[in-house]
Amino acid sequence: MSKIHISCTINGEPQEFLCEARQSLLEVLREDLGFTGTKEGCNDGNCGACSITLDGVLVDSCLVLAVEAEGKQIVTVEGVAGPDGLHPLQQKFLEHAGLQCGICTPGFLVASKALLEANPNPTEHEVRHWLAGNLCRCTGYDKIVRAVLDAAGQEN
Amino acid sequence: MVPFDLVSPRNLRDVAESLADGRGEILAGGTDLLDRLKERIDPPARVVNIKSLKELYGITEDSGLSLGPLTTMTEVAGNDRVRHQYPALAEAALSVATPQLRNMATLGGNLCQRPRCWYFRSNDYPCLKKGGSVCYAVTGRNKYHAIFGGGPSYIVHPSDTAPALIALGAQLEIHGATGKRMLPLHDFFQGPRENLLHENRLQRDELITRVQLPPAKESTRSTFLKFREKQSLDFAISSVAVALDMDGDTVRDGRIVLGGVAPVPWSVPAAVQQLQGRRLGSAIDDAAEAAVEGARPLDENGFKVTLTRNLLRRALQQLAQGKADAR
Repeated sequence: MSKIHISCTINGEPQEFLCEARQSLLEVLREDLGFTGTKEGCNDGNCGACSITLDGVLVDSCLVLAVEAEGKQIVTVEGVAGPDGLHPLQQKFLEHAGLQCGICTPGFLVASKALLEANPNPTEHEVRHWLAGNLCRCTGYDKIVRAVLDAAGQEN
Repeated sequence: MVPFDLVSPRNLRDVAESLADGRGEILAGGTDLLDRLKERIDPPARVVNIKSLKELYGITEDSGLSLGPLTTMTEVAGNDRVRHQYPALAEAALSVATPQLRNMATLGGNLCQRPRCWYFRSNDYPCLKKGGSVCYAVTGRNKYHAIFGGGPSYIVHPSDTAPALIALGAQLEIHGATGKRMLPLHDFFQGPRENLLHENRLQRDELITRVQLPPAKESTRSTFLKFREKQSLDFAISSVAVALDMDGDTVRDGRIVLGGVAPVPWSVPAAVQQLQGRRLGSAIDDAAEAAVEGARPLDENGFKVTLTRNLLRRALQQLAQGKADAR
């Protein structure tokens, strides 16, 4: 199988890689490029653990072909924190204990960041609606929702 | 993922050529196709990526509304014209899956997605829809299967936007090797008695190039309600799309289409007949009863009859109270 050359930007840095047509973007991010913060949960679009943004749009990277990254701006969980330390969302997830096993957390952080960028002052209902594409099997969601609401207050 | 040839056509003629031998399938949002490529469920040998074709994007206003097949569910649900003039479609698009999937999944893909039947989606079952000889739902677990139009296969069509678009009178523009044609969306779908392997009437070389909505009338009220086991993510166990042309409180005409209960979006003209010429508020029970007449449930899905009747009752009550106008 011949490989395809792809150029894109990941977390602000230019990246090039070779991939097969049948590789998902999730697979290339994790296995070839070392962005292992992005998790594989269900690998079929149910759980949201592989959430990234592609040109600013929140997607499940398991359902994107790696070749579709050509020319795109990708942000993974590794791009959430700023140069000065944790993003307010990360800080609030810690303070509220919005995580237990941690597998879903990168997806929740990426999705929550996309939410606050689109809607800086969400209601609880809006947070729950927006995060419906991320499954957590530990926390029962309540602490995650509180962390996001608290971070939203912080940012404003 | 199973290996495949990836082609990126530059125009609609290339697309038709890439699809002509029947071994290709279109990649749009990828939310259904990539899943099937991974699980090896009826996977194509060739994947035709149409995302570079600019003419397939966007919502444009003409006398009605013209939606590109690559418009995402998020874009459909958030479009002001759709929300105000075709609320049933906005509600249906917003009810699909999750935010991530709505950002990816396209309108064309929502109409062309394959069934969710657990026997179809499992490689352990060489079912009728995959060229086998048995519909395992008949004697197996059939809680989520068809109560109308079933046999020999009992899949249900999973689309949420299809019932809404049919109720709103949508037409499709379809392109193939020999040019383009228009087809009412109502005639797009086909049941298992007509064709076991394909849920729609697209020819091998064809793709949807536009979804066309007729001009919205001030007098039309529409809504879409969906029942599912969870408040998000789930496919419809039953859904109802209603578009009624009103003369004050009296129903002139309309369309009612059920989703998740038959191998195709299931139009129920008998329910509309019960409403015609009557005050909506006084005809709701008769219409809901007529909608489920002739249902033939399997062992485990009789609950869908009651559910569908009550869902339609609720949708009609909302329209009678004018709630759809408030959106």
